[in-house]
Amino acid sequence: MPRKKSSGNPVHSEFPKAPTGIQGLDEITGGGLPRGRTTLVCGSPGCGKTLLGMEFLVRGILESGEPGVMLAFEETAEELTQNVRSLGFDLDDLIKDNKLILDTIPIEATEFEENGEYDLEGLFVRLGDAIDTIGAKRIVLDTIEVLFGGLSNQGIIRSELRRLFQWLKNRNMTSIVTGERGEGSLTRQGLEEYVSDCVILLDHRVNEQMSTRRLRVVKYRGSMHGTNEFPFLIEQHGLSVLPITSLVLEHKISKDIISTGLPQLDEMFGIKGVYRGSTILVTGGVGTGKSSLVSHFADAACRRGEPAIYFAFEESSPQIIRNMKSIGLSLDKWVKKGLLQIQASRPTLFGLESHLVNFYNAVHTYAPQLVIMDPINDFLSIGSPREIKSLFLRMVDFLRSRQITLICTALTTPGESSQDTEVGVSSLADTWILLSNREYDGEHQRQLYILKSRGMAHSHQVRGYTMNHRGWHLKEVSGGHR
Amino acid sequence: MSPRRPSTTRKVVPAGADAGIRLRLYVTGATSLSLRAMANIKSICRDYLEDLNPDLQIIDLYRNPSSARANHIFAAPTLIKEFPLPSCRIIGDLSKKDRVLHSLGLTPSPPLTS
Repeated sequence: MPRKKSSGNPVHSEFPKAPTGIQGLDEITGGGLPRGRTTLVCGSPGCGKTLLGMEFLVRGILESGEPGVMLAFEETAEELTQNVRSLGFDLDDLIKDNKLILDTIPIEATEFEENGEYDLEGLFVRLGDAIDTIGAKRIVLDTIEVLFGGLSNQGIIRSELRRLFQWLKNRNMTSIVTGERGEGSLTRQGLEEYVSDCVILLDHRVNEQMSTRRLRVVKYRGSMHGTNEFPFLIEQHGLSVLPITSLVLEHKISKDIISTGLPQLDEMFGIKGVYRGSTILVTGGVGTGKSSLVSHFADAACRRGEPAIYFAFEESSPQIIRNMKSIGLSLDKWVKKGLLQIQASRPTLFGLESHLVNFYNAVHTYAPQLVIMDPINDFLSIGSPREIKSLFLRMVDFLRSRQITLICTALTTPGESSQDTEVGVSSLADTWILLSNREYDGEHQRQLYILKSRGMAHSHQVRGYTMNHRGWHLKEVSGGHR
Repeated sequence: MSPRRPSTTRKVVPAGADAGIRLRLYVTGATSLSLRAMANIKSICRDYLEDLNPDLQIIDLYRNPSSARANHIFAAPTLIKEFPLPSCRIIGDLSKKDRVLHSLGLTPSPPLTS
């Protein structure tokens, strides 16, 4: 799967940065870790510290051409190699090519006695030798804190660590030091005292039976950075941090207008369509034709030759294709041409983070110009309203910055306040189309109303519509004004 | 005496194949720690280990940086008893001599010279 390099650097900083190549991390740090300095990565056991370090080294080699050294105090070289092989990194090749050195100091497994004074100069010699052998630019020390458990003279360790971090800086090494999360402090041994440039905290917790990993940049001297907790995943290509894609609201705004697929509906918008890259919300009760309306959007996009992704959360792909055929839309034609992707899944099947990752990956892979999410209601059951809102904020932001149009549908239940149902998405939407099904004059009448559409004049009419084998039809209104 | 860098692998005590004990002392240049450790191990060899015909080598990690990794050295000075088995390693300047002898698995005997 193609990995996008962070697109543009929205944060201006005086300090040079070394891109980690880790999806999302470079975006929230505005370009990577501080170059030539030490970053502390801390977290509880199993939170992904070692993996983050390994990926930083491997991607440094593959994407930035910077050889790296891994010094592990807990795991053996075999264990390390095995652990990252599942992520598609072949360390053996990199080692053979003199791009990577894996060195281990299994201090807890080594028997030795202390007799009199000593220092850790041996460690310096080793690191220095490894650096010189391959011309390393990056170093990971994982987890250096075990020194405190292995050696009795804590005073020596502290002064030697202070010297080590200074030494790494003098050698202009971009380094990661990992540390175990302590009670009431970032690391058990207070490593944060020594590393003052950048601190990243990883967290792994289970919330309502859903396991989520999170990453937070606690500190980044001299640089702007996202301070929120960002969910991240360990997936088949390594870590994925899921950021709010831009720290600043600086999206390019499109003046490009696209058709909804229904000329009569286009007419209701002052600009004869909707803006490309905008977010459109379609809400309505059961049987108001939300899916068919968004299918018109999809059909129109494919007709223009623009790829589209349809995330279906209630119906399967064959179901959607069959149903749309009944209103004259042959979506299967676009699926066969590779223009339309229908991805059906149940929201409750995965956690929010997985959905977000799945979503990002699909967008990266298929580069759509239109994304449909139908419907978004079920997301309510897999997270708190705040989390859902933040999920959508990220998706909307991500798509907007890429000029991809997003259409979401939401089911409204009669009698329920519509504000609850739209999971707070309505405020993010640029255009909000309301559909309703009213009993009037002895029959059910379907009606459409544009509640809002930012940046344009639009019709305030309530328009009746019908659906038949040729699709949607908006009824003409007599006497109304546009 | 002015501090002198120890040579790469200098045989301090010449030993034949019949050496009863093989010791390697890894030091880092001529720091005071290195010098103390060298003096201590030499006097231990001289005073206690003569009967074993000890094979002692002092290795300067600065001149043999790759030997640090090969021998899993992280602290300096480090003394490794390679033979007889079981091997053992001691880190520090070896200032507690009776403790060194104990670690090497030798019963300390009273020194000939005080």
